[in-house]
Amino acid sequence: MVALTQRRNYRRSLVGISTILLLLLFWYLATTLTGWVNPSRFPRPDEVLSAFTFIQTEGYGNGKLHQHVLHSLKLVAMGFAVAVSVGVPLGLLMGYSRRAEALINPAFLLLRPIPPLAWIPLAIVWLGLEDGSKILVIFVAAFVPSVINSYTGVRNIDTPVMEAASMLGIKGWRMVAEVLVPGAMPMIFTGLRLSLQASWTTLVAAELIGALYGLGSILNQAAQDIFPAMILLAMVFVGICGASTTWLLGVLENQAMPWRSERVAT
Amino acid sequence: MKTALSRHHFWSLTITGTIGFFAFWYLARALHFSPPQFLPMPHEVLFKLIDLMDKPFAGATLPEHMAASLKRFGMGFGLAVLVGVPLGLSMGWFRLLDDVITPVFDGIRFIAPVAWVPFAALWFGTGIGGPTLIIFAGAFPPCLINAYRGARNVEVRFLEAASMLGVGSFKTITEVLFPAAVPSIIAGLRIGAGLGWLSLVGAELIVASSGMGNLIVRAQSALATDTVMVGMIAIGAIGVVIDILIRRLEKLLLRHRNA
Repeated sequence: MVALTQRRNYRRSLVGISTILLLLLFWYLATTLTGWVNPSRFPRPDEVLSAFTFIQTEGYGNGKLHQHVLHSLKLVAMGFAVAVSVGVPLGLLMGYSRRAEALINPAFLLLRPIPPLAWIPLAIVWLGLEDGSKILVIFVAAFVPSVINSYTGVRNIDTPVMEAASMLGIKGWRMVAEVLVPGAMPMIFTGLRLSLQASWTTLVAAELIGALYGLGSILNQAAQDIFPAMILLAMVFVGICGASTTWLLGVLENQAMPWRSERVAT
Repeated sequence: MKTALSRHHFWSLTITGTIGFFAFWYLARALHFSPPQFLPMPHEVLFKLIDLMDKPFAGATLPEHMAASLKRFGMGFGLAVLVGVPLGLSMGWFRLLDDVITPVFDGIRFIAPVAWVPFAALWFGTGIGGPTLIIFAGAFPPCLINAYRGARNVEVRFLEAASMLGVGSFKTITEVLFPAAVPSIIAGLRIGAGLGWLSLVGAELIVASSGMGNLIVRAQSALATDTVMVGMIAIGAIGVVIDILIRRLEKLLLRHRNA
């Protein structure tokens, strides 16, 4: 069985790698050798490389690449951190107390259907094009999944566990730290992952609409200059940032729940 | 604690919560928290909504903007479903297809749908084609993933029975995998519709010249905060309606199944 799975995995990665190599070869063939694809529509590989050296040495759109990346990462980290530190406790509270749920739910239900991207214009009216408006929209985007999943996590804790806790007289802080948080942890992390994805989407959109720094602002600038190589480069870095922060969250998840036998692939 | 509240108690708290939400909103005005222009009151937003039903803003009335957005959404989402679901099911059946597509898919799925906006505008323009691609980029991954997972979780004995009866690949996919995967597919469609609608708003905020996203971004540059809020509410409402329609579809598709 083990040998079979191993052989299967081996074949799988072989096919995967060769597909990606073939795609890269096709990219080279279609843009460079044959010229099927007009470089003003999709860049050639060497153009992307020179765009990369250009942005790293000369800078593009008010800064060098690593400055843009760090700026975007900083904004996501700030909005995400605020949203999580408000959203998770609120979700836990709503899950634990029916009264809190009944009281808070109306406001939550009224605001929840509005997609986070639709908050961008309002954030700009309120806070301008500065970092504040970006952090606000990231907060809105990351807040909802944090609340909902923490709430569901508490509601899904087995009733006997809750009954045992209350029978043993566990209350207050110990209830939160020893019953609610560990019990709801898998769902909390599901929520965090969704929140993180939403944060990136919203940040890129907000930066596309108006920003001085950040990956979205490179995209915007490159779209205005009709610079396809830079567009592709910025997209690749949006993907890399999203993937690496998700990976980091996966590592954290495995650390936070050492008792779980199923590990998140990192 | 976890005991249910009495009906009376529940409703009194819910109503208190709703009133509290609006009271807070009015209180912000009363305390001069922000200039009236930046924070319109709920009743002003409501009047604006009625006003926009027949008075054009940014070249069209509210229903016309909605129609423009819904047309783009219908095309992008329809395309995502038509490509994503069959592809996901086939990936669940043909192992080679799975091995080929999964790495490519994993490579691009972390790129936020909105990041496709510049290329979408470059390739297909800013009218219908560009935004349609963005919606597709948002709605496609959940459609594909859920169809794939649904197909992979089919009970093996169904597949064994099908192969024993000599059913070919195509029929296995349409007659065995698809019906078994319907609940998972519908869950994917709901997520996909939500993400597609979100991406549409993003695309329209940035490039389009009509539609709900364009309405709110134009209202923002005119500092018409009440119109921005009307737009946000309408966008939220349409999202809810789309979700309800998909759940209806699920009931329709599963009507033969006994509970």
